[in-house]
Amino acid sequence: MQRTTMDLWVGLFVAAGIGALLVLALKVGNMGTYSAAQSYTLMGNFENIGGLKPRAPVKSAGVVVGRVVDIQFNPETFDAVVTMSIDSRYQFPKDTFASILTSGLLGEQYIGLAAGGDEVMLKSGDKIMKTNSAMVLEEMIGRFLFNKASESNGDKN
Amino acid sequence: MPRRIVLGIRGVGHRVIESVWRLGRASRFFMLMLLKSGISLRRFHLIIREIYFTGVLSLIIIVVSGLFVGMVLGLQGYETLQKYGSESAVGTLVALSLVRELGPVVAALLFASRAGSAITAEIGLMKATEQLAAMEMMAVDPIARVVAPRFWAGVISMPFLAAMFSAVGIFGGYLVTVVLIGVDEGSFWSQMQNAVDFRYDIVNGVIKTCVFGVAVTAIAVFEGYDAPPTAEGVSGATTRTVVTSSLAILGLDFVLTAFMFRGMS
Amino acid sequence: MTSETLVEINDLNFSYDKRAILKGINITMPRGKVIAIMGGSGCGKTTLLRLIGGSIAPSSGYVKVAGQVVHELSRDELFQMRRKMSMLFQFGALFTDLSVFDNVAFQMREHTNLPEAVIRDLVLMKLHAVGLRGAHKLMPAELSGGMARRVALARSIALDPLLIMYDEPFTGLDPISLSVIGNLIRRLTDALGMTSVVVTHDVQESLKIVDYVYFISEGVIAAHGTPAEVRDSVAPFVHQFVHGEEDGPVPFHYPANSYASDLRLGNRFA
Repeated sequence: MQRTTMDLWVGLFVAAGIGALLVLALKVGNMGTYSAAQSYTLMGNFENIGGLKPRAPVKSAGVVVGRVVDIQFNPETFDAVVTMSIDSRYQFPKDTFASILTSGLLGEQYIGLAAGGDEVMLKSGDKIMKTNSAMVLEEMIGRFLFNKASESNGDKN
Repeated sequence: MPRRIVLGIRGVGHRVIESVWRLGRASRFFMLMLLKSGISLRRFHLIIREIYFTGVLSLIIIVVSGLFVGMVLGLQGYETLQKYGSESAVGTLVALSLVRELGPVVAALLFASRAGSAITAEIGLMKATEQLAAMEMMAVDPIARVVAPRFWAGVISMPFLAAMFSAVGIFGGYLVTVVLIGVDEGSFWSQMQNAVDFRYDIVNGVIKTCVFGVAVTAIAVFEGYDAPPTAEGVSGATTRTVVTSSLAILGLDFVLTAFMFRGMS
Repeated sequence: MTSETLVEINDLNFSYDKRAILKGINITMPRGKVIAIMGGSGCGKTTLLRLIGGSIAPSSGYVKVAGQVVHELSRDELFQMRRKMSMLFQFGALFTDLSVFDNVAFQMREHTNLPEAVIRDLVLMKLHAVGLRGAHKLMPAELSGGMARRVALARSIALDPLLIMYDEPFTGLDPISLSVIGNLIRRLTDALGMTSVVVTHDVQESLKIVDYVYFISEGVIAAHGTPAEVRDSVAPFVHQFVHGEEDGPVPFHYPANSYASDLRLGNRFA
């Protein structure tokens, strides 16, 4: 008799433990969002990826449509090759723009896809031809100062 | 004076050799126990009984501690984050701290103090009162019947306890920040879901827990079996279990964290 | 019940850390008899039991039980042989997490495939033999010392062994329990036709029930004989032991310097 009460408690314990694990996996983590769907691969070359990391989101119109899978350096063209995994539900035209954007002012970086008007869609393994690199803060400041300097020079002239 | 230094060095050397020798004995014991586990896995009700004593009876301390830790994380996190206007990130803070580090480590430390010491004391007392010798004389292997079930019960219980610790902790953080302080509920959960990755954070946390479970229970079981069969022997062994387990947990945590999370930057 | 030898100990030597504990022991134990092994504390009596049971191996010589040399058996063979032996530990060594019933049933459940109904009957019979059938639901913590030892005795006879070894069965018992245990040892040995080896230093109780006595002193057999022979013996060690004399071959004073020099008398005042 003592055995079956014990079995009951152990069973409840294991069930509660599994429940806790599920709660963590589904509600707390983001397992629900992306691994279930089918996906295809797209690539893009960027001059500067800034702070982009693997697993960063790929968004279009602000909605997450995929994830960055891999970032490699191409020693022949000296730019970065980014491999993305896109949800199969979403097709993008061949003239889509891929830009590296920052969430908020100083937040994490992600890839934003702005669709063009082409009728032909990108297939798995295709390369996105139009890319915008990340805006590096120092370059921006440098450009701003340079513009300001040439403006005042122009004024003087 | 020099003579005392020489004696001191000799004493240290002696202790080091003793520890190494003990480590060898412990490894041999561990292998033996794994080999004999087949019997206890076949008679699963032995393991179930031990899961009750190590796992179920540790629930209260784990859940209550988890709740408090989560609540404190929420409070402290909110206090600091609000200075940067990022209070809505407190969910992320609580969840990541718990799932990656505090859940596995604190749950393992609590487990070592409560269940680990109990296992050591129990096995040590059975040795001191000659119950293990009696079992051997009855041609029943005490390692298979007494030691192995307790080991597997600890290994099985630990991940569940740590998961419950983290889950209750996150709930505690939610209670304090959303319900009491008034942080926005939506951003609490959505920022958390955005930042906590199943594969990297949760799975790594579970792996850590499993490693800790093996380490803590193995230490507990060996110290009990190896304890001198006297009152001081058993109490010394119990203390050693808690101390050695705690150090092992923290050391392994560093090694595992370095392994797992170096790819993050 | 033939009187063939069950246990034969031949020229047994055992040393621990270069200290010789047993030297050249020769003992034969026939079936169906109660043999007592007596001696002062720490003389190696318990070591002898462990050697018979195979927990430790001798430095030289051998122990044969039912014709098999104990320390040469493989692990499985040793386990097989141990099913025919039992040991009653000094304080019972009952499993504290099991009830009295489960303690006695332990060996039956581990080593046989008997159905629960049969085990139940057997357990109650064994408990009845020691007079504790009504206590089968109690836990060991609820038993007195004498009762615990009786349950341990019931547990030892659970599988009807050929040999039972008793490690100090009389220690710490009240006079009634002493007599109960003593009589049980004798009765069960006769009823089950097994051999009992009683290690003890309780002279009065054991001389009442045993068939033969061996005295061990300083690692060797100092004397042996039937109870009557032992009582009448004039060998100094035996005499001191049996009559409980304060001083004799086992001295009263622990070796020390002379009394005068310890009290710092003598030269100072000479």
